[in-house]
Amino acid sequence: MEHSSPRISVYFLVYGGLLVLLVLTVVISLFHLGTLGIALALTIAVLKALLVMAYFMHLRYSSRLTQLFAGAGFAWLLIMFIFVMADYISRGWVGQ
Amino acid sequence: MDESHGALAHHFETLKQQREANTLGMWAFLATEVLFFGVLFTLYLVFRSAYPASFEAASDHLSVVRGTINTVVLLTSSLTMALAVNAAEGRKRSMMVLMMGATAILGVIFLGIKASEYYTDYQEHLIPGLNFVWEGSDAAQAQLFFTLYFIMTGFHALHMIIGLAILAVMMIYGWRSGYEADTMPVERFGLYWHFVDLVWIFLFPLFYLI
Repeated sequence: MEHSSPRISVYFLVYGGLLVLLVLTVVISLFHLGTLGIALALTIAVLKALLVMAYFMHLRYSSRLTQLFAGAGFAWLLIMFIFVMADYISRGWVGQ
Repeated sequence: MDESHGALAHHFETLKQQREANTLGMWAFLATEVLFFGVLFTLYLVFRSAYPASFEAASDHLSVVRGTINTVVLLTSSLTMALAVNAAEGRKRSMMVLMMGATAILGVIFLGIKASEYYTDYQEHLIPGLNFVWEGSDAAQAQLFFTLYFIMTGFHALHMIIGLAILAVMMIYGWRSGYEADTMPVERFGLYWHFVDLVWIFLFPLFYLI
């Protein structure tokens, strides 16, 4: 017997988790922590995204192939971020 | 479980294979959506790292309260959509349509709050190309922030409007027992709706919080 989707109670738990993370990220932003604040905000955003993808979007219960397709889009996005920023950040390093 | 899931099309061996292909195709589409929004996020990354002070100053002009409320609204709509998919799988027609309706109402509330924010921005002369006036220094950099803000939240809102139009049709079809035989369209739409939620999960901290 295969489970392609979670039970209803799981959805409510995930929803509660998402709201807790939202409150956390807003409260943290009130302290204006600078770089640490940015890192925390992005970490919480990634955690929220993973919760939504794993449970609301059923990835935790999906086949490996589906998980690969889902991951591929984000992997390529990461490549774009890294290569573009590697260019912009390193431009100042080269002399005139 | 699987035998009850929909009519088998002739080009599939089993229903399991058909469902798998459905989900896979939808994720392939969502991967293109990731890259569509991805270039915009890359733009944000480049300019945010180039002009951090201006972006922070510009960000203070957005309403964190309304942004937070909208996040709650959208997360709740994701919950109701997940419940709609769950009800569809359990062949609970009334519950499915009810949850779809709740999702639609929450989506409309989100767009309403977004529109009220846009209107405040208009009153405060923060719309580039229309009436942008900046009191502080580095007006051009602040203008860049608001250009990205309107393009990215605008495309996000457009995705929601398209989603709401599809959802309205699906509610009528669902009410007429259209998904008794095959619930996959409901599941596919759920993936789309959650994806729109995902985009907002990143837009919110980037524009409102940091």
